[in-house]
Amino acid sequence: MYTDKVMEYFTNPVNVGEIEDADGVGQVGNPVCGDIMKMYIKVKDGKIADIKFKTFGCGAAIATSSMATELVKGKTLEEAKKLDNKQVAEALGGLPGQKMHCSNLAADALKKAIEDYESKQKEVK
Amino acid sequence: MRKVYLDHGATTPVRTEVADLVYKYMTDNFGNPSSVHSFGREAKKGLDHAREQVANLIGAEPKEIFFTSGGTEADNWAIIGTAHAKKDKGKHIITSSIEHHAALDACKYLEKEGFQVTYLPVDADGMVRIEDVKNAITDQTILITIMHVNNEVGTIQPIKEIAALAKEKGITMHTDAVQSVGKIPVNVDDLGVDLLTVSSHKIYGPKGVGCLYIRKGTKISNIHFGGAQERNKRPGTENLPGIVGFGLAAELIGKELKEEQERLTKLRDKLIDGIVERIEHVKINGHRTQRAPHNVNLSIRFIEGEALLLSLDMRGIAASSGSACTSGSLDPSHVLLAMGIPHEIAHGSLRMTLGKANTEEDIDYVLEELPKVVERLRAMSPLYNKKQ
Ligand SMILES: Cc1ncc(COP(=O)(O)O)c(C=O)c1O
Ligand code: FES
Repeated sequence: MYTDKVMEYFTNPVNVGEIEDADGVGQVGNPVCGDIMKMYIKVKDGKIADIKFKTFGCGAAIATSSMATELVKGKTLEEAKKLDNKQVAEALGGLPGQKMHCSNLAADALKKAIEDYESKQKEVK
Repeated sequence: MRKVYLDHGATTPVRTEVADLVYKYMTDNFGNPSSVHSFGREAKKGLDHAREQVANLIGAEPKEIFFTSGGTEADNWAIIGTAHAKKDKGKHIITSSIEHHAALDACKYLEKEGFQVTYLPVDADGMVRIEDVKNAITDQTILITIMHVNNEVGTIQPIKEIAALAKEKGITMHTDAVQSVGKIPVNVDDLGVDLLTVSSHKIYGPKGVGCLYIRKGTKISNIHFGGAQERNKRPGTENLPGIVGFGLAAELIGKELKEEQERLTKLRDKLIDGIVERIEHVKINGHRTQRAPHNVNLSIRFIEGEALLLSLDMRGIAASSGSACTSGSLDPSHVLLAMGIPHEIAHGSLRMTLGKANTEEDIDYVLEELPKVVERLRAMSPLYNKKQ
C-alpha cells in the first residue's frame, strides 16, 4: 500500500526529536483521524537552520513529516511557507488516496511553527 | 527472519488435507450435486457428508445446516430473513453496538425499511448486560442478534442467558459464532439459539464459504432467489469444493478443540503477562477470563496502531489494529469506542490472534521485539514523556 520511499522514511526518519531552545514550535492535530504532530524550528538569517519533529500518527504521518523537514531545511521562511502537502506526497512517490489527509499534518505544523517564530519576533520589536 | 502470523482472527491458512480435498472436488469430483448422473451423485455425496461434519461440530442436525458464501451472508440472511418473515408480528430488533459489520450493516439496512433497532451498549470489558437485554425487549421485538465471541477483543457473550430470555418471549435468537466455533465448545442446544453463523476460513478451511444453522421450525425468508438448492432456502449451484473443504476443516478442528483451547489459553496468557511486564502504560482490552483462547488485544499508549503494525511487519510479525489509521474509515474501532476507550487510546490498539502454528518460541520472539518497536515509536511521539 505504501511506496518504498514512504517505507524508507518511515523506517529511518530523519530529523526526529525536539529542539530545546527552538525559535518556533507548532503543534497540530489531524481533525480527520486524531493524530498529532509537533514541529520545532531554529531560524538563522531568515532561513530554517534546524528543524525537528515528533509525530503520534500512522506510517504516512511519520514519513511525510520526515520528508517535509528534509525539504525545507536550509530554505528561507518564505519558501518554507509555500510547502504544501502535494509536494511532500510527490517527493515520497505518492500516497494512497485515503492517506492524503495525513500529509496535511506536516505542512500545517510547519506553518504554525513559522507563525510562532514570527509572532515572537514582533514581541521582541 | 522469523515469521510469526498472529492474525488468525482475520483468516487462517487452509490445512493441507483440506486443500487436497478442495482440489479433488474441482477436478475429479467436479459434478453438479443436482445432476442425476454418477458425477452428480458423487458430488451430492460430498455435499451431504460436509453437512454432517459441520452439523457435528455444533451439535445440530445436518438438515439444519444451510451453506452460504461465508459469515457475512449468513449474518445478513439471519437478520434480514428473520425481519422479513416476522414483520407482521413486530418490527423491533435488538443487537449490540459491538457486532461485526456484517450484522450491523444488515440492521442499518432494515432501519431504512422501517424496522427499529436497539444497539445495546457494553461494559468496559465489552460484555453485553443481561439487564439491558431484558429492558430492551418490547412486545414488538422479533429478533435478538448478539455475537458469541467478539472478533476484536475476544469477549465471550452470555448467549445462553440471552437466548433463554428470547425463548420466553417467542423472539428469534441469532448469534454470530464465527469467532467462537472451533475455539471454544459451541453447541446450538446448550446455547439455545435458533440461528447461528459459522465461517470456514476462520477454522483452517477455504474462504468464501460458511453456513447458517437454522433450528427446525424457525421462520426465515429467503434473501436469494433462483433455485431449489439448500432445500429451497439458498439457491445457486453449490460451491462444492469450498463446502467439502469446510466440512473436513470442521471435523478436524472438532477433534483438536479441547487440546488446542488449553494450549492457546496458555500462550495467550504468556503473551499478555509478558507484555504487561515489559511495557509500561499498556491496557488490556476485553474481559480477562471470559475471553476466547486465541485473542490478545491491548492498547499501547502514546503510539498509533498502524505505525506499530508496519514496524512489527518489518520484523516478521503479522498483527492487526483497531486504529483509525488502519481502518480506511478513519474512525477507530467501533468496538473499542463502545467499550468507553477514548479515541487516542483506541488509536494505539494492537490485536494479536493466535492459531495452530504458533509456538512458545513465537511468543518469546514477540516479547523480545515488541518492546523495541514500542520504544522507538514512543521516542518519536509528542505525547510521550519518559517521566510519566
Ligand atoms: C465475527 C465475524 N462475523 C462475520 C465475519 C465475516 O465472515 P466472512 O469473512 O466469512 O464473510 C467475520 C470475519 O471477518 C467475523 O469475524
Ligand atoms: S495521520 Fe492519521 S491516518 Fe495518517
